[in-house]
Amino acid sequence: MKHYDLPLSPENAAMLRCGDIVEISGFVFTARDAAHKRMCEALNSGEPLPFDLNGAAIYYCGPTPACDGEIIGSCGPTTSSRMDDYAPALMEAGVKVMLGKGKRSPAVNEAIKRNGAIYFAAIGGAGALYKHKIKSCELVAYPELGCEAVRKLYIENVELLVATDSYGNTCLK
Amino acid sequence: MRTIKANDIIIPVADGIKRALTNVDCDALRLLKQAEKKETSPLCKWALGQIVQNDELAARENAYACQDCGQAMLFVSVGQDLHIEGELTAALNKAVENGYSTARKSVADPLTRLNTQTNTPAVIHYDITSGDRLCVRFMAKGAGSENMSKTYMLTPSKGTSGIVNCVVDCVKTAGSSPCPPIILGVGIGGTMDLCALLSKKALVFTSAKKRDDEIALEKRILDAVNETGIGAQGFGGNITALSAHVMTAPTHIGMLPVGVTIQCHSDRKFELFF
Repeated sequence: MKHYDLPLSPENAAMLRCGDIVEISGFVFTARDAAHKRMCEALNSGEPLPFDLNGAAIYYCGPTPACDGEIIGSCGPTTSSRMDDYAPALMEAGVKVMLGKGKRSPAVNEAIKRNGAIYFAAIGGAGALYKHKIKSCELVAYPELGCEAVRKLYIENVELLVATDSYGNTCLK
Repeated sequence: MRTIKANDIIIPVADGIKRALTNVDCDALRLLKQAEKKETSPLCKWALGQIVQNDELAARENAYACQDCGQAMLFVSVGQDLHIEGELTAALNKAVENGYSTARKSVADPLTRLNTQTNTPAVIHYDITSGDRLCVRFMAKGAGSENMSKTYMLTPSKGTSGIVNCVVDCVKTAGSSPCPPIILGVGIGGTMDLCALLSKKALVFTSAKKRDDEIALEKRILDAVNETGIGAQGFGGNITALSAHVMTAPTHIGMLPVGVTIQCHSDRKFELFF
């Protein structure tokens, strides 16, 4: 299995093809419904964003709270299509990688192609497995959103499927 | 008349919830392992392997099998000869709050979207039964799969083929979103609301006695759904659903209501008798 590090270089992004299973390490930012709404509102009004979007990877995830001594609780992907209304704007603003589960809208796949981005599918319902792959977790923004707050995670050697490649090809039903 | 205290059910139900959220139902896990062996698509085989690994790890380490610990659904059968001291609904919600104390809180007001912070209120359905026992059945309902569930109001002329077509339509529309391989609950008959409830009960009362035609329909539905080629996680394969469960009720001569509940593979449930 090939290994890639985040942030993904344009050369590496161009090498990935939908249907590839690869191993990924690096920093990702968690964001789901509520955080996406806030980030897009900030983009529209010119307010500062919670993190630098340029080349960033967003993980659609709302983890369970960490118990004593843990870095994070269970943290599998949530349904990506709920973020479809927001994803193109975030890609135009610099986001290069998305991690989630399930198919994307044609508009999102088009935006992925336009921006040379990648959409990786993680396994829905495998939150305990991903918990072990998270080596650090830092609360970055919107703490009042609870599990929907933005967190910066370091993920190590996570197996992911290239679901939409930078050419806009997708392999999800 | 037998008497129980409502507050006495709080600890056992809360413990049951904690156990269920970290231990995927053994039937689902057995079917997942079978699916991993049978699946011929390499991508789906990989996905199923990851799921089995996850479920075994979660049970071993007491970790939540999925971060979406769901909205709690309770199906409560109350024997009519039983006297309950105290408030049963309040006790059940307290049990849910305690059972979810370290889990993710996923319940919010539908308009303000403010989180209730306790994962309550639970969705509770009561049945009055004969005898003097109380039975509490729990199911964790995640949003990914529930968002894809549907009801259909067919005309009687559509018959069993129409029912099968509804389920296939529902599963195809859902595609990769509800975390396939899925478990299907199909409620047939009654009214629009009852068929939806039956589709949930079909998933919870799995040991209920069934007629031969209901069993045959379950097989037909499962085969048709697995023909769709969606596969585990929508990666394209031959196992889209692990099982299909049908529950029926008589309906009006002019109706054929069909409710389809999609449950994800992370099937977390239990039953407790008092």
